[in-house]
Amino acid sequence: MQAASQTLETKKSGFNPLTPLLDVCTVLGSGILSFLEATGRLAAFTGQAVGHCFAPRFFPAQIARQLIDIGYYSLPVVGMTALFTGMVLALQSYTGFTRFNAESAIAGVVVLSITRELSPVLAGLMVAGRVGAAIAAEIGTMRVTEQIDALRTLSVNPFKYLIAPRVIAGTLMLPILVLTGDIIGVMGGYIVSIYNLGFSPVSYLSQTWDVMQNIDVVSGLAKAGVFGFIVAIMGCYHGFNSKRGAQGVGSATTNAVVSASILILIFNYLLTQIFFS
Amino acid sequence: MTAQSGTAQASENTPQDNVVADLPTEKIAMKGVYKAFGNNHVLQGADLVVPKGKSLVVIGGSGTGKSVMLKCILGLLHPDSGSIKIDGQETADLSTQDRDDLMRKFGMLFQGAALFDSLKIWENVAFGLVQGRGMKKKQAREIAVEKIRAVGLRAEVADLYPAELSGGMQKRVGLARAVAADPEIIFFDEPTTGLDPIMADVINDLIVEQVKGLGATALSITHDMASARKIADHVAMIYEGRIIWHGSVEELDNSGNPYVDQFIHGRADGPITSGQVR
Ligand SMILES: Nc1ncnc2c1ncn2[C@@H]1O[C@H](COP(=O)(O)OP(=O)(O)OP(=O)(O)O)[C@@H](O)[C@H]1O
Ligand SMILES: [Mg+2]
Repeated sequence: MQAASQTLETKKSGFNPLTPLLDVCTVLGSGILSFLEATGRLAAFTGQAVGHCFAPRFFPAQIARQLIDIGYYSLPVVGMTALFTGMVLALQSYTGFTRFNAESAIAGVVVLSITRELSPVLAGLMVAGRVGAAIAAEIGTMRVTEQIDALRTLSVNPFKYLIAPRVIAGTLMLPILVLTGDIIGVMGGYIVSIYNLGFSPVSYLSQTWDVMQNIDVVSGLAKAGVFGFIVAIMGCYHGFNSKRGAQGVGSATTNAVVSASILILIFNYLLTQIFFS
Repeated sequence: MTAQSGTAQASENTPQDNVVADLPTEKIAMKGVYKAFGNNHVLQGADLVVPKGKSLVVIGGSGTGKSVMLKCILGLLHPDSGSIKIDGQETADLSTQDRDDLMRKFGMLFQGAALFDSLKIWENVAFGLVQGRGMKKKQAREIAVEKIRAVGLRAEVADLYPAELSGGMQKRVGLARAVAADPEIIFFDEPTTGLDPIMADVINDLIVEQVKGLGATALSITHDMASARKIADHVAMIYEGRIIWHGSVEELDNSGNPYVDQFIHGRADGPITSGQVR
């Protein structure tokens, strides 16, 4: 039996050399189709979410709660990240730049790297882990326990009550977090440079001030706004479409964090391209 | 077509789309509704009519699509095909805003209670009043506490969180939330499941009061035949995605339908085999 079917199979593939090629096309094609479908669904969800952010009615108490949850409670994480990044940056550039006798560039390197790149990107990634996961888990649990359905039966639109407040808070709070991170990061570089590497405080600060331009900070804050939006949307989207059961919520959470992180890195590149070319 | 085993009630309320005078008597009219999840064909042409101010109880095996049917009527799930009318108005193509407005007519007790676990009990019960209708918190709390008492819970429960309650208590809070705003149409998905017999009867009385006392229209699902007999004006049985029998509660015992007979007497042998119950 088995041998017979095997010969049949070899015969078949010998018959038509296109078969494996077609198989590859089928797999690729359905992969691309499902990717496009998912993208379309995400785009529709995003459009709806943004629409509800601007149209009444608003739930101020929910927005306030999210501002605190997403903004205030992320401060320690973002602050620590920025502090140690600034510190290590000063240390690394010192050990690297002494080779070219370019120690005086350290202050500039620290402030540019922090404001343009590291503070927004690292804050975005940290918030994706902290907030994106929490949003997906909370909304996903509400989905599987029918709390979202219950909202609708009580005449409250879940987009307005659950999603809009998170999107608004994410988009508003991440720039504020990043600005705080900018300051703390530069301070970290300053601390290492002064107390560890023996720079003069006055010249370090004046170098920092001379190098820094408005666009450095502004571009970082604009990125932060986009990243905050991405984190909130991905958390809401995956939570809202969570499959049933604990496993469904688990994978919604994972997907929210992974997709937000990757989108942050992609958009970071695109936005840098737009700002500085 | 569906075998609606010749009952007077069914013919009395046959939907007649263009006769306006008929509309008020039919609160909910569902016709030929299909709903599948992948290969799982749950509803296969379900027809159901609930007259205004009456209480209809749907019975049927576990997993036959009773909860799915309620969610289709509420618009929480979208039927694949078929027509669902509320007060004579087709609901399939309502805008989001109209749908939200229509929801004001409804109260729903979910099978799993579906309480908001981030809110206190009284905030859960008052949710529709405060968020849905913009009532002041203080007044809403008073109503909530009153409803909490009505479902047989102590007033102190009001300040606890759902996680601190037993399953049966959560169910009763869900019931209080469903009726808090005195809706025109109330859906009860297994209101007495998980309650002791005495408390179940308290809940039955409450449901009867909502319908008889306040003129609401009720659509309930239950496996509890004692409860069904107490709260129902009409009974419908769902089997394999269709309503196979439909009649008044008095007709239940001599329906002449072997499926109904087997179900209400809870016999293992009969036309319904456990393999057929999905
Ligand atoms: N959201 C969903 N996604 C996929 N399948 C679903 C979904 N909701 C329900 N089903 C399926 O539909 C069928 C009917 O489910 P439903 O919850 O309506 O049963 P039921 O009649 O209420 O049963 P019970 O009396 O046990 O509550 C089941 O097979 C279930 O797996
Ligand atoms: Mg059910």
